[in-house]
Amino acid sequence: MSQPKTLFDKIWATHLVNVQDDGTCLIYIDRHLVHEVTSPQAFEGLRVAGRGLRRPDATLAVADHNVPTSDRSKGIDDDESRIQVETLAKNCADFGVPFFAMEDIRQGIVHIIGPEQGFTLPGMTIVCGDSHTSTHGAFGALAFGIGTSEVEHVLATQTLIQNPAKNMRISVDGERPLGTTAKDLILAIIAKIGTAGGTGHVIEYVGEAIRALTMEGRMTVCNMSIEAGARAGLIAPDEATFAYLAGRPLVPKAGQWEQAVTYWRSLPSDEGARYDKEVILPASEVEPQVSWGTSPEDVIPVSGRVPDPSDAPNDDKRKAMERSLDYMDLSAGTPIAEVSVDKVFIGSCTNGRIEDLREVAAVAKGRHVADKVYAMIVPGSGLVKHQAEEEGLDRIFTEAGFDWREPGCSMCLAMNADRLEPGERCASTSNRNFEGRQGRGGRTHLMSPAMAAAAAVAGHISDVRELV
Amino acid sequence: MEKFTKLRAVAAPLPMVNVDTDKIIPKQFLKTIKRTGLSKGLFYDLRFDEAGRPKAGFVLDQPAYREARILIAGANFGCGSSREHAPWALLDFGIRCVIAPSFADIFYNNCFKNGILPIALPPAQVDLLMDDAERGSNAVVSVDLESQTITGPDGGELRFEIDPFRKNCLLNGLDDIALTLEKQAAIDGFEDSQRASQPWLYA
Ligand code: SF4
Repeated sequence: MSQPKTLFDKIWATHLVNVQDDGTCLIYIDRHLVHEVTSPQAFEGLRVAGRGLRRPDATLAVADHNVPTSDRSKGIDDDESRIQVETLAKNCADFGVPFFAMEDIRQGIVHIIGPEQGFTLPGMTIVCGDSHTSTHGAFGALAFGIGTSEVEHVLATQTLIQNPAKNMRISVDGERPLGTTAKDLILAIIAKIGTAGGTGHVIEYVGEAIRALTMEGRMTVCNMSIEAGARAGLIAPDEATFAYLAGRPLVPKAGQWEQAVTYWRSLPSDEGARYDKEVILPASEVEPQVSWGTSPEDVIPVSGRVPDPSDAPNDDKRKAMERSLDYMDLSAGTPIAEVSVDKVFIGSCTNGRIEDLREVAAVAKGRHVADKVYAMIVPGSGLVKHQAEEEGLDRIFTEAGFDWREPGCSMCLAMNADRLEPGERCASTSNRNFEGRQGRGGRTHLMSPAMAAAAAVAGHISDVRELV
Repeated sequence: MEKFTKLRAVAAPLPMVNVDTDKIIPKQFLKTIKRTGLSKGLFYDLRFDEAGRPKAGFVLDQPAYREARILIAGANFGCGSSREHAPWALLDFGIRCVIAPSFADIFYNNCFKNGILPIALPPAQVDLLMDDAERGSNAVVSVDLESQTITGPDGGELRFEIDPFRKNCLLNGLDDIALTLEKQAAIDGFEDSQRASQPWLYA
């Protein structure tokens, strides 16, 4: 019998086009997602070299980072943003790439629309010039972010030059406690292994608590694999995966569907497959989590207190903590649940899907956003927005005083008009709390959608378990 | 891409861990559709205040380091966003080599596509170079890619590791895409067999 293989090993092996004597691999890329920020220089490169696009049919483009989330009928105000979006539209037209324009109901954040359209399928290799491409790993696809030079390489050749990653397995055993969401699991994992904990590895998430997650929850977990330093995250496909995909526009057509499912069932890691690194996290120990600092590993349970730099394990870490606390205007020992917020941002490719909005609605229903707090909800795509409205969630949000907006990346990175002012503090469902990420001088606390909703109604970070 | 063979230059110290790409170049500079001119945004929030006035003291703005071509930094350099604008901004400023205990994967990869050499060394060795770099413009460091060595200002020599393929591409300034297009037949063959076994992947 052959060596037991991991899910990653299997996908890797089936995509090798060429292996050089020095071990460098050329791998085939099945699907390529493109957005406006990291692609203009790549298309320009093709033009300059007189090269064409190898597989427009395996490519899908959308503008998400720069689009306004307010009334779009007047177009984009900011000149640079508008030029970037127009450049993408023109490049797609010139090179024959399918493109969802801003007015299209299918427009949305690139990592939300891939799965939504069935563009993302198990066993594939998927890339995008965007680090959160790891999201698509929730379907058992090897999906990772690349730089613009590599975007150009994929456009021209449909391949990438890569070295194999190492295998890492994170087992989240047991049952998730009430009030603990997929976001809390991944924040707890990053707190445990650190932002470089997964460097050079592809993380496969296994265990009862992972299996029990919906596809939306699995996407949230895989999404933040990059914050754990990993190249990609993976969850083996199962019945939940197939049920999510069935009937979506770009999935295999009748006749090929059965064949595809049979293939997908062969993908999960073999019994006895070897991992280079293993981590175990009992789900029962995971409370709702909140970040206190400026790195996604700076995370504590909502019942916790802001840590003290003098307890840091080394000098580098102590300096980084002091800098974080200074930037965040927090002092050691403060209970995190006492910290008041000015803004609340619910959305992003981490938590902008329908299930996230339902969680928010469950907390918001019959309550009201606190005075002095501005809370915005930005659906991940036009279709998510439409579904939320079909379910009446928008009415719950607006009655509770939330601002219900158009889809896009929005205040996850504040490239459009949505941003924090210097000194403002935000409860955010996004994935990065770096200095200035949501606006220069802005202070970000990462948390789950339910926790962000709780912060919106309380006016300060608070334990959602006391509300539900 | 410009070749990288030998570099003899001032090294600037940036003793911070987890320097993310948002910090290397903030989002407002990503709206460009060009690869050049990005040095104006390099480490923007560390160099300029809210009104856009230069802040005193950032290492690359000190006279001793204006000509720095090498950056010595803390662990996990380049984490966060995949933006290639980060190496483009470093390159536009003149940085051709970054030395740190560890790098985030995508940033590391992006460097090679732009003729920048990222070198990972054990923390103790980085600490030594960091001390050297603190000495300012006297701290000239030499990096030789062919022999995979770094020579400090006092003549001490360190060896570094690098993947042979990437080394060759840097030494010769090779264009990845042209190299891959030479393998066209292998790519065609791959597609034929994949189309037969997984027809749903082809429209
Ligand atoms: S929502 Fe945020 S993290 Fe996701 S793609 Fe957009 S900017 Fe990147």
